[in-house]
Amino acid sequence: MPLSRVVFVLVTLGLPFAFYTVFVLWPFVQAFVYSLTNWSGFTDTFEFVGLSNYAALLKDDIFLKAVRNNLLLALVVPLVTIILALALATMVTVGGSSTGAVRGLSRSSFYRIVSFFPYTIPAIVIGLIWSQMFDPSSGLVNAALTGIGLDQFESFAWLGEVSTAMPVTMFVIIWGFVGFYMVLFIAAIKGIPAELYDAARVDGAGRFRMTFMVTLPMVRETIQTAYIYLGILALDAFVYMAALNASGGPQNSTLTMTQDLFNTAFKQGQFGLASAMGVVLALLTLLFAAIVFAVNRLSGGKEA
Amino acid sequence: MAISTQTADPAVDRMSASPKASSDRTVTVVSHIVLTLWSIIVILPLVWVFISSWKTTGEIFSSPLALPQEWKFDNYVRAWNDSNIGRYMLNSVIVVTCSLVLVMILGSMAAYSLARYPFPGSGLVYYLILAGLTFPVFLAIVPLFFVLRNTGLLNTLPGLIATYVAFAFPFTVFFLYPFFRGLPQEIAEAAELDGAGEWRTFAQVMLPMARPGIVAIAIFNFLGLWNQFLLPVALNTNEENYVLSQGMARFASQAGYAVDFGQLFAAVVITIVPVLAVYIFSQRQLQGSLSQGTLK
Repeated sequence: MPLSRVVFVLVTLGLPFAFYTVFVLWPFVQAFVYSLTNWSGFTDTFEFVGLSNYAALLKDDIFLKAVRNNLLLALVVPLVTIILALALATMVTVGGSSTGAVRGLSRSSFYRIVSFFPYTIPAIVIGLIWSQMFDPSSGLVNAALTGIGLDQFESFAWLGEVSTAMPVTMFVIIWGFVGFYMVLFIAAIKGIPAELYDAARVDGAGRFRMTFMVTLPMVRETIQTAYIYLGILALDAFVYMAALNASGGPQNSTLTMTQDLFNTAFKQGQFGLASAMGVVLALLTLLFAAIVFAVNRLSGGKEA
Repeated sequence: MAISTQTADPAVDRMSASPKASSDRTVTVVSHIVLTLWSIIVILPLVWVFISSWKTTGEIFSSPLALPQEWKFDNYVRAWNDSNIGRYMLNSVIVVTCSLVLVMILGSMAAYSLARYPFPGSGLVYYLILAGLTFPVFLAIVPLFFVLRNTGLLNTLPGLIATYVAFAFPFTVFFLYPFFRGLPQEIAEAAELDGAGEWRTFAQVMLPMARPGIVAIAIFNFLGLWNQFLLPVALNTNEENYVLSQGMARFASQAGYAVDFGQLFAAVVITIVPVLAVYIFSQRQLQGSLSQGTLK
């Protein structure tokens, strides 16, 4: 490489990468180190305590509860969001006439535009809107339910009951993401060559068979990407919880690892323990991505 | 584009006597009903928030369904001044604008360099950048707190901008890398033969050709940074420097009866409207470039 090119690469790649190392990579590495210490953050010294933070987490019922809540979120939120988004996208793209060329639904751009609205709203505001919607006494949900005669909902605390807090929370997150993935799937479905649909039709396939035989296999890479992003999001979920149930919900039924980590670090100053929680979260995130890749591959997807 | 979403051919409607056409009609009608229902679920809360933002707190509690007695601007004035939404908005605009400009410059430079000039170890650099995408921000948040404290950047806007840029950087590079890889090398070589140096080739020849990718990632980054919550909440605890999402979180953490609900709804509307308006006016290009970019 000529010298001018070396200088160019150093400035354009070296400089940003150094910056990125200081603010992202180095903290990641440090987190692993801190997770092996008893550091309380505001002292200069700390001792290495081996894996005892991890051992403590394994016996910590509240943290284990949080892990279970996150796993539940990671199971339900991506699945429901993707099924709903795919169903809506399919209706928009192939909901039209079945004679002649495959057609989209007429006058469907309204749905596409409206469904995308939540993606432009910050997550904390989405949480705030829905915590008001579900407010026991001033919320629209209970007002509407009592309005149609269901008086048992007069001051029903959706976010205050163990049985409903988590489902309502999931609904809010799903509400925020269906539209974005719907738009993504619409674009993916429109990219499928029309000949595939024509061939399936010549073979006598109806709409539902076409969805399963043509659409789904052709968009499976997009589904995989969506699954991973939504899973990572569900394992975090911090911002939604901050708006809906900042203290973990009734009997910690909506407490997440991220909330536990944040409190352990910034309210209790147990930075070693909090770092161990971060490592557990990171491992679960990687595991989730690995499972999604494995399932896609075993079920016949393209070799990655 | 393989499938048209245009209005169905009228010739098809004329064949409505056949059983196929009637099943078509059923599917079309059901599709419209389901999509309309979903649209209502999306819009209803937003409409309700908008109407509530003109009501007094008393009205909000006495009847969640009623329209306001009189449409007064009060809530908005108080949200802007008393709840400091005005200042938080300004902080957000400053932080997001600076971070966005910086991350677009750094990210496009790095992606271009990485795609165009491979060197021993550039694969490792790429994977280290990818690692930043894979690991959750929560893993880094504790050490990051001390990195900022030790550099005197904790609780400052420049510190917040630095972390925004650093955490948006990997996705920007990851997203733009295939765009720069896909550009024909011959054009860059021709430019260099004509005497353009590395910098001019990058800025005036290659960068404009990657425009669709640049626009898409800029939109993604804007929405991501505008939405950012954990970084400011953990690293920017000085009230003077709060960004909008922190200001909104304060409403959520206040105890039930202390909240001025009229103000809350007005603050929500103030937060939503600017971005939503930009979206509605540019939705065609926006959705086009987002999906085009993502499916690359």
